[in-house]
Amino acid sequence: MFEKALVGSKRYWTWIGVLLVIIGVGVVNYLHQFSYGLGLTGMSRDVSWGFYIAQFTFLVGVAASAVMLVIPYYLHHYKTFRRIVILGEFLAIASVVMCILFIFVDLGQPMRVMNVALHPRPNSVMFWDMVVLLGYLALNVVIGWTTLGAERKEVRPPAWVKPLILLSVPWAVSIHTVTAFLYAGLPARHLWLSAIMAARFLSGAFAAGPALLILLAFIVRRVSSFDAGREAIEAVAKIVAYAMSVNVFFILLEFFTAFYSGVPMHSASLRYLFFGLDGHYEFVPFMWVLAILAVVSLVLLVIPQLRNNHTLLPVALVAVFISTWIDKGVGLVVGGFIPNPFETITTYSPTAPELLITLGVYAAGALTLTVLYKIAIGVKEEVGT
Amino acid sequence: MSINRRQFIKLAGLSAVLSVGGITAMDRMKANASVLPSGARATASATGQIFGESKPPLTAKRWGMVVDLSKFETPEDYQKCIDACDYIHNIPDFGEKKDEVKWIWTDTYEHTFPDNNPDNKLNGEPVQFIPEALKEKPFLLLCNHCDNPPCTRVCPTKATWKRESDGIVMMDQHRCIGCRFCMAACPFGARSFNWRDPRPFIKNVNPEYPTRAIGVVEKCIFCVERLAQGLQPACVEKSNGGLIFGDLEDPNSEVRKILSTRFSIRRKPELGTQPSVYYLIGGIKNV
Amino acid sequence: MYNGGKIILGLLVFLAFVTFPFWYNIGTADKIPKPVIESTYIKEHNIKKCVESKDYMRASHMELLDNWRNDAIRRGERVYVNSEGRRYLIDLQNTCLKCHSNKKEFCDRCHNYMAVKPYCWDCHLAPKETKS
Repeated sequence: MFEKALVGSKRYWTWIGVLLVIIGVGVVNYLHQFSYGLGLTGMSRDVSWGFYIAQFTFLVGVAASAVMLVIPYYLHHYKTFRRIVILGEFLAIASVVMCILFIFVDLGQPMRVMNVALHPRPNSVMFWDMVVLLGYLALNVVIGWTTLGAERKEVRPPAWVKPLILLSVPWAVSIHTVTAFLYAGLPARHLWLSAIMAARFLSGAFAAGPALLILLAFIVRRVSSFDAGREAIEAVAKIVAYAMSVNVFFILLEFFTAFYSGVPMHSASLRYLFFGLDGHYEFVPFMWVLAILAVVSLVLLVIPQLRNNHTLLPVALVAVFISTWIDKGVGLVVGGFIPNPFETITTYSPTAPELLITLGVYAAGALTLTVLYKIAIGVKEEVGT
Repeated sequence: MSINRRQFIKLAGLSAVLSVGGITAMDRMKANASVLPSGARATASATGQIFGESKPPLTAKRWGMVVDLSKFETPEDYQKCIDACDYIHNIPDFGEKKDEVKWIWTDTYEHTFPDNNPDNKLNGEPVQFIPEALKEKPFLLLCNHCDNPPCTRVCPTKATWKRESDGIVMMDQHRCIGCRFCMAACPFGARSFNWRDPRPFIKNVNPEYPTRAIGVVEKCIFCVERLAQGLQPACVEKSNGGLIFGDLEDPNSEVRKILSTRFSIRRKPELGTQPSVYYLIGGIKNV
Repeated sequence: MYNGGKIILGLLVFLAFVTFPFWYNIGTADKIPKPVIESTYIKEHNIKKCVESKDYMRASHMELLDNWRNDAIRRGERVYVNSEGRRYLIDLQNTCLKCHSNKKEFCDRCHNYMAVKPYCWDCHLAPKETKS
């Protein structure tokens, strides 16, 4: 089936070319970072995780969101999702690839990454993160490829795929729960030490992932003859609406506990992020953008006439995506380190090389996604489904 | 013999898995068999080794430290301890705060114990109701070698762990992959990362101790290499009695005697990490 | 054959790549390296023996050092009792390199010849070279 990705229009190859250039720029900057050290980024002794880990955290959610399509289609035989489900599975693969790349570029000694496999510590959540991420990648590759291949041959998928699909449902939930546990189990960082961290992650994931998926479905409809179907898109939009409502609700819950309890350390990070602290206001504009976008997206998504308006829907989905990206990405990860353990403020802002490497990884994910989608579309066009 | 593509791939895959698995298994078996010459072994006792005499190693069930700030009066008193550690362990000085590496350093009371007096306000102005002299007095901070350390729990490679023999939270920079999870987990900000190559920034190189390379985490290790030679940690030696080092599980040790007669506090005890570094209250001049 | 020109050209390029290490290094083979064991320190202090025998060290010093690394750091066992019962402090810089103070003429000679770049030197310090 891979040959489907090797034939394409001029537009297709131009897009691939652009992605390769961005990846190249990222690689060059990464080589510089590899020789100079991670000091090339904006990270510091106090803010020791930054943009890379923020992207990783966000993208694990996007990867997990494929489950929102798998459950209705495979467990409840919701035939409306027949065409869109492969887009979700392939989006999950591209997301996990990006997660792994973001971790790799963030490591101080990446050549030693096999130490996690050679000398594992089962008590460490990060070890389990590596296990579940690689497992999820393998699951989605096998499931996606096999079901697509079966569709191409116009036969039913083999019987052994069904248990794997069933497994992928709790596994998807687990990848994001385990990632949330990276944060939620640390006594040192009060912004993260919250019982609803995993729940918050999942709700944000189920809002951001399907939002991106619908946007991708729109793009796919533009550039090919593949149409996921109006009904499918509107069903996924409903999922985004519910998930975003829960997500915003959870954020408000965090605010309540932090501010009503009055315990300074519980609210210090939120105060820094949203209102500024000790004369530092670096994040305030971003956090209010995320708040406004969240409200706008909810209005557009909850009202059915607005949600089903396919001119307004992309606006709402972009708002959801950006809002959750800020909240779960830099807001959460960097905010956890500020104020530092000494209750002073050390600010963080990503440097140019850091951003270029990030772009390079995103381009690598986009390349993976493009190739996989091209294959899926090619097969579906060939078979006529 | 005709064989279709599917059978061929299955056969090739099985052969690859068996051969890689077999080679790995044989390698592992060879590795487990000792490569040392017969009769050779490593032990922990240090008497009578070839390069000069040394005292027998200092041992304890649980190393701890008591900080008596009444013995630190001038800035030089603090600097002597910090300089000793910095020299002996080849700590780099980058000249800026972003990449800084520090194993022992000073900070104010407000930053050492931020939960003790947070956000206190009088007429809208932040204030601390503590003696003036205490507001300015530097405190010495270092890794607390906690008894329940969150940093070792999270390390995915066991590059940092709590030694069962003496409770020291140790670092193995050979194994560290630089993921910095331990730095996120430490509630005391005790760990530093090598954001760039430290070597050009080491003022006076100590040829008897290694440096670190880029991309690994480091912190105070209670001078395990000196303890093995029967010496006190460098900062303790230079502290003129201000830092008292001893076995917290030995009721007759000096640290236990002090702690049973003087009131002391530890940093962030409510987090349950059980720090082993105690700060004595009182006795400070002009306070 | 179809596209014969392109195929043969491709095969020639492939052959060039695959045989690159051989023809690129023609004429640059080094002499067998002779590491200088007699460093200044060894001469001055009349040291006769290393931690283990010369043959063992030549074949297995890497594995010995790997074991030493784990013994000292991970197990806290810093004294090595060799096969003849002599005790040594496990310490690359202060035991091995104390005698073998001439890294360039001792360690590097064989390592460079074998294109081996042990990353030990990223952290561990070699003694300052003196004329030996």
